[in-house]
Amino acid sequence: MEAAAAADVLPSGSSQELHVLAVDDSYVDRKVIEKLLKISSCKVTAVESGARALQFLGLDGEKGSLGFDGLKVNLIMTDYSMPGMTGYELLKKIKRSSAFREIPVVIMSSENILTRIDSCLEEGAEEFLVKPVKLSDVRRLMKDCVMRGETEGNNAGRRVDKRKFEDDNHTSSLSSSSSLTPSPPSTTAPFGGDVATSELVSSSPPHSSKRAKLHDGD
Amino acid sequence: MEVGQMQRRLVDYTKTLFMEGFLDAQFLQLQQLQDESNPDFVVEVVSLFFDDSEKLLNDLSMALDQPNVDFKKVDAHVHQLKGSSSSIGAQRVKNACIAFRNFCEEQNIDATLRCLQQVKHEYYLVKNKLETLLRLEQQIVAAGGSIPATEMGF
Repeated sequence: MEAAAAADVLPSGSSQELHVLAVDDSYVDRKVIEKLLKISSCKVTAVESGARALQFLGLDGEKGSLGFDGLKVNLIMTDYSMPGMTGYELLKKIKRSSAFREIPVVIMSSENILTRIDSCLEEGAEEFLVKPVKLSDVRRLMKDCVMRGETEGNNAGRRVDKRKFEDDNHTSSLSSSSSLTPSPPSTTAPFGGDVATSELVSSSPPHSSKRAKLHDGD
Repeated sequence: MEVGQMQRRLVDYTKTLFMEGFLDAQFLQLQQLQDESNPDFVVEVVSLFFDDSEKLLNDLSMALDQPNVDFKKVDAHVHQLKGSSSSIGAQRVKNACIAFRNFCEEQNIDATLRCLQQVKHEYYLVKNKLETLLRLEQQIVAAGGSIPATEMGF
């Protein structure tokens, strides 16, 4: 069954829109992610911290986590670097809670650090997205989440479908950041020194289920 | 000036900003996200970016003005600024932040002060240009025209 976006799969106008909880301490990023999700037909709750996220889920020690406010969360997208509780810490708390561990958690980070990616995946993150998050990333997530729901038990473990490389550690200063292979063409093709998307060849052993094969995300 | 002329002017201006590296593809993403249900989306995000950045630049000035500079704090602020500039496609600001973070790591006070000047410079430049761009868009809409999609293929 093909699924392009949440709205294509779920009955239109149904209360079964995907509900995404977005966590990011940056105002700008919250606004952008909210829009990306709304345009992808999701219901969005955007909060500014891990603590707020736990509060919303009812995991902050207050009673009644199950019937909290009747709004089931289908996906959590969280920034990694946040003051107070990091996205990684939030991920752990969610995965260690019996009520919420089944909710897929996606980590977003502007820093493409392999050890960071690995620890997030090890801890149960569904995906690790490199910021800035694009519409194509969100669309792919919708497809994956909905497919997951539709095909219970077919889950072949976590996948990293795509990683963009942004070489932060070079002192590229004011010259354009290192560009890799050009992005696939689109009607408004990206231009300039923007770092293009590229496919990552994982260096991890092929038998590891946590780092399954990468394929064409777009 | 009639709408067609204004639209051409906007397209040319936008292209220049891309060619000069002020904006990158992420800005295009934001423009693509704007629709009838939220026709001020880009203006809103850009305004948030301006507010956020000015606060961060102030914090940075203060942090670097201390007798004992806390480079971790400085780095945290720069990281935030890098993040938000990246999210709106303000490429030169983002790149200036990347360089800035490298010097934070080295705890080099002179270099970081220079970086701060550089980031401020880039920020005010892009702010000016974005304000111009958004004003052009407003004029087109006020004259009853629609904002042409930015086509970057060539």
